[in-house]
Amino acid sequence: MSQNADKVVDHFSLFRSPEYMGMFENKKAFENAVPVADLQKAADWTKTREYRELNFAREALVVNPAKACQPLGAVFAAMGFEGTLPFVHGSQGCVAYYRSHFSRHFKEPTSCVSSSMTEDAAVFGGLNNMIDGLANAYNLYKPKMIAVSTTCMAEVIGDDLNAFIKTAKEKGSVPQEFDVPFTHTPAFVGSHVTGYDNTMKSILEHFWDGKSGTVAPLERKACESINIIGGFDGYAIGNIRELKRLLSSMGVDYTILGDTSDVWDTPTDGQFRMYDGGTTLADAAAAVHAKATISMQGFCTPKTLAYVAKKGHEVAAFNHPMGVAATDRFLMEVARLTGRAIPEDLTRERGRLVDAIADSSAHIHGKRFALYGDPDLTLGLTGFLLELGAEPVHILATNGTPEWEARVQALLDSSPFGKGCHVYPGRDLWHMRSLLFTEPVDFLIGNTYGKFLERDTRTPLIRIGFPIFDRHHHHRYPLWGYQGAMNTLVKILDKIFDVTDADTSNPGKTDYSFDIIR
Amino acid sequence: MDLTLDEVKARNADVISEALSVYPDKTAKKRAKHLNVYEGDKPDCGVKSNIKSVPGVMTIRGCAYAGSKGVVWGPIKDMVHISHGPVGCGQYSWAARRNYYIGVTGVDTFVTMQFTSDFQEKDIVFGGDKKLDKILDEVQRLFPLNHGITIQSECPIGLIGDDIEAVAKRKSKELGGKTIVPVRCEGFRGVSQSLGHHIANDAVRDWVFEKGGDKAPLFESTPYDVAIIGDYNIGGDAWSSRILLEEMGLRVIAQWSGDGSLAELENTPKAKLNILHCYRSMNYISRYMEEKFGIPWVEYNFFGPSKVAESLRAIASHFDDRIKEGAERVIAKYKPLMDAVIAKYRPRLEGKKVMLYVGGLRPRHVIGAYEDLGMEVVGTGYEFGHNDDYQRTTHYVKDGTLIYDDVTGYEFEKFVDRLKPDLVGSGIKEKYVFQKMGVPFRQMHSWDYSGPYHGYDGFAIFARDMDMAINNPVWGLTKAPWNAGR
Repeated sequence: MSQNADKVVDHFSLFRSPEYMGMFENKKAFENAVPVADLQKAADWTKTREYRELNFAREALVVNPAKACQPLGAVFAAMGFEGTLPFVHGSQGCVAYYRSHFSRHFKEPTSCVSSSMTEDAAVFGGLNNMIDGLANAYNLYKPKMIAVSTTCMAEVIGDDLNAFIKTAKEKGSVPQEFDVPFTHTPAFVGSHVTGYDNTMKSILEHFWDGKSGTVAPLERKACESINIIGGFDGYAIGNIRELKRLLSSMGVDYTILGDTSDVWDTPTDGQFRMYDGGTTLADAAAAVHAKATISMQGFCTPKTLAYVAKKGHEVAAFNHPMGVAATDRFLMEVARLTGRAIPEDLTRERGRLVDAIADSSAHIHGKRFALYGDPDLTLGLTGFLLELGAEPVHILATNGTPEWEARVQALLDSSPFGKGCHVYPGRDLWHMRSLLFTEPVDFLIGNTYGKFLERDTRTPLIRIGFPIFDRHHHHRYPLWGYQGAMNTLVKILDKIFDVTDADTSNPGKTDYSFDIIR
Repeated sequence: MDLTLDEVKARNADVISEALSVYPDKTAKKRAKHLNVYEGDKPDCGVKSNIKSVPGVMTIRGCAYAGSKGVVWGPIKDMVHISHGPVGCGQYSWAARRNYYIGVTGVDTFVTMQFTSDFQEKDIVFGGDKKLDKILDEVQRLFPLNHGITIQSECPIGLIGDDIEAVAKRKSKELGGKTIVPVRCEGFRGVSQSLGHHIANDAVRDWVFEKGGDKAPLFESTPYDVAIIGDYNIGGDAWSSRILLEEMGLRVIAQWSGDGSLAELENTPKAKLNILHCYRSMNYISRYMEEKFGIPWVEYNFFGPSKVAESLRAIASHFDDRIKEGAERVIAKYKPLMDAVIAKYRPRLEGKKVMLYVGGLRPRHVIGAYEDLGMEVVGTGYEFGHNDDYQRTTHYVKDGTLIYDDVTGYEFEKFVDRLKPDLVGSGIKEKYVFQKMGVPFRQMHSWDYSGPYHGYDGFAIFARDMDMAINNPVWGLTKAPWNAGR
């Protein structure tokens, strides 16, 4: 008997008991299992150069991609506005997936509805689903705004959101003046960062350009305020709060567009808040008057920034700025745009980060890293690693474009630590597996799915990215700003020290290096 | 203070009308048919089910793809399952269901991998069949030890007129009769995951049993061969079930589909009895095998010692005395463990009230396990049940239980707010809503990353987990002391 009432055994150890191990062995007789020798041979073959070449010759199959689809980004962007219910027009299963995905990462509820289109809607179009869906969502969940996006189903059959929403309003689903920005977010174009961009743009357009022709467009009267757009960011809670702290300390008048920091971080105090925080609709509208708009993640906002620029804003795009120099550039740009000085406090914070790097860099210097993730994150991380004297040997973004590739390459070329490092746009984590086997590195940086690479290649994983399902609460701590860089530095160092300790802990064999001071 | 049965019924009727009052009339009429207070003498729960979800209400349901790739096919470990269409569906369902298996992932097994055709606009415009053809070659080249391939259709496939069946047939021939299964589980089909289960069952029938041809069996039959049907081995559930069946003298020749393999699907027509856990997702193939191969099937319930014992005896009743004695021996062997678990946890859980909202079989099957711990299920409902599920539910629920089919986020929140259960058991999308409200919660799809919950070994974990959820000291901290009066 494997179980024990005094100390209940979990699946981790239950199935290692002899009863279960024997059962697994006997089960093989029914499985047509691959003979052990063949299995080992095949496993070894997947580690070879030959396999890598076959793997990189793939033209159609994608295995373990590091990207999601547009509608996920659409929901993310919509979540950042006050009282806003994301409404996804199309099949309902998609919405179940987005909600689960976000809840697994943030450990928070994610409220979002679907128009639940089925076969009849596939034939006749989803107009009735829009009419009923908007009415139900409005009555049940009392949102201040419903932000509509689409799944691939609605896109393939060509539903016209503009016409549908107009008709729904005429039928009284929601009041005429109720805010229903919308955007088409086909899953077969771009990735989740594209969906973020399309939705952010659609919400700004809605407020600034006359709400689909129902009111007069806003006339911009330039003011001193600036807008900040965070982009699709798994660390939005920590990062946005850190941005607010930085901007407040500079005395900057600012609006965060798409502020999810309170939305995905509500207290457990006996009350479920379906809506909490978010950019107020008044602020979203007034943001047209800002003198400038800064995107923290340029690859999440190309269309949005182009649109904002047309309104007369000065625009600036960063790429998930991490580390000393990237934070410097961000703060100096804010200072330039607003005419506000960078206060002494922040200068001291910067100095403390430089101090920490100086204290610890011996442990990072020359270490080889592989990293993957969204285009902006990988750019930001690459910059920081180079700054630390580390070598970002393999840099991969499944949703990386040729422009991203050129940007990363330029960054590598700017540093002696970038020599011999390579950029992989459009590749997936099965490609990364081959890279790690054939050109090993010391550490891997990526999201939770990286743990499969860690298991197969024994490359220690440092979890930075989205989604992170198997570690808790890191999204509450910033990666941006000097404080964020400090957090990232510590995260990297902790893994390096843990690995070194584990590697030297064999008593009487290697533990001469099991040092108490490092 | 405990309410009388009449008071409970009145309260439950009232909470239903209160929830319905917020809907537009048309929707209120529709939703009213899915909500009811169970009357103890009725043959079903008095709700309509398996009907389209109302748009915009925050249904908790998923889609046919989720039912096929996510539930039925995905766990078959030695086949490569291609999510055919855009990248998202496969991404969000990647390794999320904890279908445990033994194998070297990426070499001879593939469950926790995400294979996708990553459709781009040109694939929508020009069709994806050529791409699929190439993908099948690439799978074969890079994963040569795979024993078969399934093509799990996402929404666009059925809308753009792709002929995945033709591709599958052609490639199968090209590859020497390899099992390649096209599955028409586009997400817009049907009203929930449920049709996906059915479509996936039919695909096994058509592409494994009927097109697969006769393959030489891997083993000599015995009179005691059974197949476990409808256990997805979440957290190892099928394993903690299988061990009991083997201990009582049966031989398990197949697991459908947790830790299962193509060979096991092919073995199953040799079974003497199919034992069916998740009726909802696999009754179709069980009925087919009954008609086609004359294999009887029996439903069982491995949650909690009362139901496990009842089920072991029911399964044994299909066999000779050797197996019947085996069942008694197994029940007796585990009795001290079960007594110890109940002695430890029942005093901590006695009288606690539970509300459930899950899929498949769990809205009814787990009730016995709660009752073994002295707990009471006061409300339950199915994400994608059919009428036959609600009929079966009457064997489990008490008079006056609140029943909610395809519950909406709004209704569920209202119901919990009014019924004030000590525990809610539902899914990841619901978990944090109720925890914010200060209500203890366990995910009853994924076992909250714990498990197994099936069998005797599983029940110990179940009891421990329910205790740790309800008696977590954090629930005493939700109010700031300076706000305690509010």
